[in-house]
Amino acid sequence: MNRFLVPLALFALLVVVLAIGIRHSPDKGTIASPLVGRAAPGFALPSLTDAQHLVRSEDLKGHWYVFNVWGTWCVECRAEHAMLVEAGHAGLVPIIGLDWKDEDDHALDWLAQLGNPYQAIAVDHDGRTAVDWGVYGAPETFLVNAQGVIVYKLVGPLTRESWTREFVPRLPRRAAAGF
Amino acid sequence: MYRTPVWLAALIVMFALRAAYGIDPTSIADPVLEARYLALTHELRCMQCQNETIADSPVGLAADLRREVRDMLLAGKSDDEVRNYMVSRYGEFILFRPRFSRRNAWLWFAPPVLILLGLAVAVRVVRQRAALVATDHEVPDQDVLR
Repeated sequence: MNRFLVPLALFALLVVVLAIGIRHSPDKGTIASPLVGRAAPGFALPSLTDAQHLVRSEDLKGHWYVFNVWGTWCVECRAEHAMLVEAGHAGLVPIIGLDWKDEDDHALDWLAQLGNPYQAIAVDHDGRTAVDWGVYGAPETFLVNAQGVIVYKLVGPLTRESWTREFVPRLPRRAAAGF
Repeated sequence: MYRTPVWLAALIVMFALRAAYGIDPTSIADPVLEARYLALTHELRCMQCQNETIADSPVGLAADLRREVRDMLLAGKSDDEVRNYMVSRYGEFILFRPRFSRRNAWLWFAPPVLILLGLAVAVRVVRQRAALVATDHEVPDQDVLR
């Protein structure tokens, strides 16, 4: 009896370790951002739709907003665009776009074709702002609260499921107030 | 007459051209900074193609991160400041050489602990066997002799 005790204990330990690994495996593909829970990095970038103006993080202070990183070269961005348009129409929270390493005229064509869900679109030609936000692959979507703190980050296309499960419940009742 | 084998010639040409066709065209005038730049870019992960360093990866994001490293070095930042900035944006995962922390302490200590454990078990087994032999007074191979 005794000679089986140690191997049995070791086996039980192994089962526990592997079970923990399996439980966590769905999030293995995405890398948790250290920015969640921290202040959103500041930016002041030219606007895609209005050459005269800058889109500035300071102007967004005091409001909840969704920050969506996209580009016309990004296939998954096309897949999520309809959902963004739908979320924009719902008007719960303003959506700010970051057009990442893209051509302006391609981006404008894209919006004309697929619709424009964005309150404002900042243009990040050289990708510095994206690096500041820890972006590693479009699309990425952040939720920023009224204090300017990132409360959630989604890597990959926005789906109806992720919108209703991750974004909407985090919003205060009247996030859209003031817009 | 002595002839260089073709494969050797090909190899020499390949290595000679390696620099010219490298992924990273960046050069920094100051050789000390250049060395630090090369060291840092070889220990930061390209987050898009996760098993390559930013020095080896041809994707756009790697180029952006290299530019960030170069600019920070030129601005007089220390190696640790560069690493800390990258970790603050992308998390510990961006470091190919993980740093010691309370969370991963058990990973660092597990190998020596396991080796000691294995040694202890081995010593015990050997001692037990030795004791068995020492107390075995029977004449060996009785059966064979008979």
